[in-house]
Order: sequence, then C-alpha cells, then structure tokens
Amino acid sequence: MRAADLITAAVLLIGGLVVAWEAVRLGIGWGTEGPRSGFFPFWLAVIMLGALAGIVARAWRRADRRPFVSRESLRPVLTVLLPAAGFVVVMEWLGFYVAAFLYLAFYMRWLGRYPWPMAALGSFAFPMLTFWVFERWFLVPLPKGPIEAWLGL
Amino acid sequence: MGLENLLLGFQVALQPGNLLFAVVGVALGTLIGVLPGLGGANGVAILLPLTFSMPPTSAIILLTSLYWGALFGGAITSILFNIPGEPWSVATTFDGFPLARQGEGGQALTAAFTSSFVGALFSVILITLFAPLLAEVALKFGPPEFFAIQLLTFSSFIGLGGGDPLKSLVSILIGFIMAAVGLDIVTGQLRLTFGITELMKGFDFIVAVIGLFGISEILLTMEEGLSFKGARARMNPRVVWETWKILPRYYRTFLRGSLIGFWMGFKPGGATPASFMSYAFAKRFSKHPERFGKGELEGVVAPETAAHAAGGASLLPMITLGIPGSPTAAVMLGGLIIWGLQPGPMLFKEKPEFVWGLIASMYTGNVIGVVMVLALVPLFAAILRAPFAVLTPLIVAFCAIGAYSVHSSMIDVWYMLVFGVIGYVFKKLDYPLAPLVLALVLGDLAENALRQSLIMSQGSLLILFERPIAGAISAVAVFFFALPIVAPYWRRMRRTVEAPAPAER
Repeated sequence: MRAADLITAAVLLIGGLVVAWEAVRLGIGWGTEGPRSGFFPFWLAVIMLGALAGIVARAWRRADRRPFVSRESLRPVLTVLLPAAGFVVVMEWLGFYVAAFLYLAFYMRWLGRYPWPMAALGSFAFPMLTFWVFERWFLVPLPKGPIEAWLGL
Repeated sequence: MGLENLLLGFQVALQPGNLLFAVVGVALGTLIGVLPGLGGANGVAILLPLTFSMPPTSAIILLTSLYWGALFGGAITSILFNIPGEPWSVATTFDGFPLARQGEGGQALTAAFTSSFVGALFSVILITLFAPLLAEVALKFGPPEFFAIQLLTFSSFIGLGGGDPLKSLVSILIGFIMAAVGLDIVTGQLRLTFGITELMKGFDFIVAVIGLFGISEILLTMEEGLSFKGARARMNPRVVWETWKILPRYYRTFLRGSLIGFWMGFKPGGATPASFMSYAFAKRFSKHPERFGKGELEGVVAPETAAHAAGGASLLPMITLGIPGSPTAAVMLGGLIIWGLQPGPMLFKEKPEFVWGLIASMYTGNVIGVVMVLALVPLFAAILRAPFAVLTPLIVAFCAIGAYSVHSSMIDVWYMLVFGVIGYVFKKLDYPLAPLVLALVLGDLAENALRQSLIMSQGSLLILFERPIAGAISAVAVFFFALPIVAPYWRRMRRTVEAPAPAER
C-alpha cells in the first residue's frame, strides 16, 4: 500500500509540475481581458503540489505493509480488465456488434463454462437486441465494421 | 403562487407519456441500483445520450425517476445481500441484513422502501417550498457569489466528507485541471493540450463518470470476490401491511432522519454522513440501544430516511443555482446543458413548465417507485443471482455504449477504460471520486466566476469576502477548509479541559 501510495503521489506530482510549467508558458499574470489563460491552472497546480507533498511526507513515515493487490485477487481483476480491453480493440476494428458477440461468447463459454448452444444463443441475442434498441428505436448509431457493411446495414 | 406552479407541474408530470417515462425510469433505475458496478451516476450517464432527441422535460423526468429507482435498488442489495451499492447504504446493512437472515427480509425491505419514500417526500416538499425563494435570491448573485458557492461546495467535501482531507483536495484539483484542458473560451488559447489533437476537445465528464464509477466498481467487486448468495425475502401484501402497522411508532426517527438528511444533503457529499448520523441518533434515543446491529427495524428506518432525504435535497442546488450536490445531479446538469437549457436561477422564469414538471415528477416518481419496488422485489433480487459470466460483459458493453454515444467517438471508449483503472487505484488509495467528477463538471463555471470576480475587483481576492452574501458563504467555506486542521487541536483542548475534573474529587 505504501509503495502504491508513493508511486501514485509521484505520478501526480509530475503531472502537477507539467501543468504548472504549461500554465507559466500560457501566462499566469494579468492580460488585456483579465487573468490570462494560465492563471487558474497555475494556482490549481501549486495547491495540488502542496497537498501532494503532505501526502508523500505522511506516507513516507507510515509503514503500511498491506499489499496493494494480493496475488489471488489480481487474477479476477485481470479477467475483467484484459477481456474488456480486448473488447475495445475488436470494437475499433469490427464494430460494436461483432465485438459484443465475441466478448460475450468468450465470457460465457470459457469463464462461465456454459454449454456451446447456450453460449452461442446468449452472445448472439445480445447484439441483436442492442441493434434493435439503439439503431432502430433510439436512433443512436454505434460503431460498425466490415460485416455490417457487407450485410448492407 | 407556489401552488399554481406546482399544479402546472403536475399537468406536465401526469401526461401519459411522461408517466410512462417515470415508470420506465424507475424500473431501469432499480435494475441499475441492484447490479454491481452500476449506480445512479453512471446509470444516468449511460442513458443520457439516448435522451438527446427527447423533449427536455420528458428527458429529465426519465433521468430523475432513474435516480429514485437506483436509490431504492441500493436498499435491496444492502438488506438481502449485505452489499451496500453506495456508501450511504452502508448503515442500512447494519440491521437490514441481520433481519433478512432471521427471515424478516420482507419486513426490513418494506421498512426501507417506506422510509426512503418518507425521506424523499419530505425533501421534495421542502424543495417545492424553498426552491422558488432560493432562485429568487440567486437571481441577484454575481460572479463573486457564485464562486463563493463553488468554494462552499468543495470545502464541504474536505470538511464534512469524512475522507482523507489532503486526498480529497487533490481529487478536487485533478478534476479542475482536467476541466481546464482544451480551448480556453475567454482568450481563445489552447491549454494543456501539448499539441495533441485528441486533447483539444477536453475530457467529457460523462465518459469520466462511466469509467470512474462503472468500470472501476466492477474491478473492485471482482477483486473482493463477492458471491451473490443472499437471504431470501418473503414479500406479500400481508407482510407489507403488518410492517406498515408497526412503522408509525417510529415517527420520531422518521422526522429526525428527514431533517438530518435534508440539512446535510443540500451540501455535497452529505448523504453518507447523514445516514450514519441518523443511525447514531436513533440508537442513542432508543429504549433498546443494545438491539441495534442485531436486527432492529428502527436501524433500517433511520439511515434510509436520512439518505433519501439527502438524495432529494442534493437536487435543490442543482435546480436553483445550477450547482449540483452529487455526482448524479452533476450528470443531470450536464444533460440540461446538452438539451439547450441554461441551468441556474433564470430557469424558473424562462422555463417554468420544465422546472415545475421536474419538481412534480419527484412526487410521482417516488410514488411509482415505492409501489413498484414493493411489488417486484423478488424479480430484482433474482437478477443479482445471475452468474457473473453473463453480468460482467453485459455491464462493460453497456458502459462502452454509453461512453461511445456521447460524441460517437472511439477515443472516449479508451478514455473510459483508462478512467476505470484510475478509479480502481484511487478508490483503493482513498482518493474520493465524487469531488473529482463534480470539479470536472463545474470547472469552467468556477473559473469564469473567479475571473469575472477578479476583473470586477481589479485583481483582489478580497472581493469574495467584501460583498455581504459572498462574504458569509466564503467564511463558511473557509471554516470547512480549516476544519480538518482545527478539529484535532480542538479535541485535544477539550480533553485537557475535561481531564482535570475527576482529579479534583
């Protein structure tokens, strides 16, 4: 926990410094139409750096030996995060509907251990339903890929 | 004057179409409140793009009904599954879950829903009475007053939020800095974009809400390895009736909870402390404090009443001042802007049918809500028993739809994932997320208010203290900011004053 706390604070410190730097470049003083563009971000960054210094000082002194994520609980977190990232990658390529089909099929078959027919039915029904609700009913277009183009949708 | 307006509102809210939206909203909201990883804020965020083509009044009725539904749904998971969906339902689990395990789940749920209804109704009545007055006062506000209110909003997260004050401050500042990314409308300069085209349009808070509250919540739920094996509840009209016969006994708890809830709730971040405070008061004034925590019905009534009174009250500053009191209210405020309405006190003058339709729909939404959840509890509880292999991808897919459809852009879906991971890390390290989202929503407004104030005063910050109303509000804000620094000394001082007393004897 302590390491994670310090790393997060360090990342935010760097971020704060970058913001302050950019703000100085934009001008933090008084321009023709009042305070210049960098004025507000600069003071935000300065106060944030101060608070972060306090957090770092405190975390440094306190020895919190609890792990940020235990080995056993990292697995379930990754089984959500990695397929979700994969889903977004496929969505970029093949559109939402195909990605959702693959995503749901993967989950139901390999993680849920559903029999094939169930998994196939469930993962096919979901994109169909969302297509009908979003594209037809609410007229909200979702990303489409080559397969939809081939089907002429 | 107020009554006519309310009648006008009811004419709007009771139109069949709008009633249907209220029913759909409550049903979806309860569903969202029950599902892990979805709560009021990101439920409203996901649904927001679907309302772009609707008339604003129907849209806001749909979204507020969803909000009420989500609040009701949170009680179901707390009582039957011992999983508080939101921080303010934590206190409900103390006595709700023991009751459910003793086979009194039906009683606990009836009490929870009824208390929610009473608390929310209390707040809505007060909103009906006070909103027009507050809006009237707010019409005279200038930039310094608005900035002072913003200060108060964020100071109460630090002083009353109950979390780590330094980390709350950092969260707020991150939100403000993210809001500053993109085009500066005053000077026309690009800020904090570092030449990256994608950053030019800035960060959309809807995407941030979906990632921070939705994705991160699923990650946390998975990590804790929660299995949704809950108690079963018998719900039938007889149980409801029997419980209703007991409940009037607790009229004092209802009243106290409502007052605490409303008072705490119209300041941001108030719902959680309100629910705990109400629980503590109920225990202190009870004749049987030892029964609390083991399945005392009053222990369900107290926090639920306060939490929902606070939930209602958080809509008051959104309607009258254009400053949201909770992340959910913040998303609704974003909706207002997208539907082409200018949030703030002028809304009462310019769009009375919208404001009063919204207020009236709070009455109808709550009535529909309490009837619906009482009737459909088994159905909603069954959803939680659906296996995670189906629920997880569905929730992620819906989050992705919500994030994509804000601007029809894939980059937002990526942002959502990144925000999800950030939210997961922040939550584990005690950086609160609600103030970050609120700051992201209010950033531009706050900055403009501050800049205009400084122009008025030729660059002196003292203007925030010199004008009477702004001064009073700023003073309270400064007090809240100072509270975490002062409180430990104060406590130590009291201890040294009290300590010598026994020695004298």
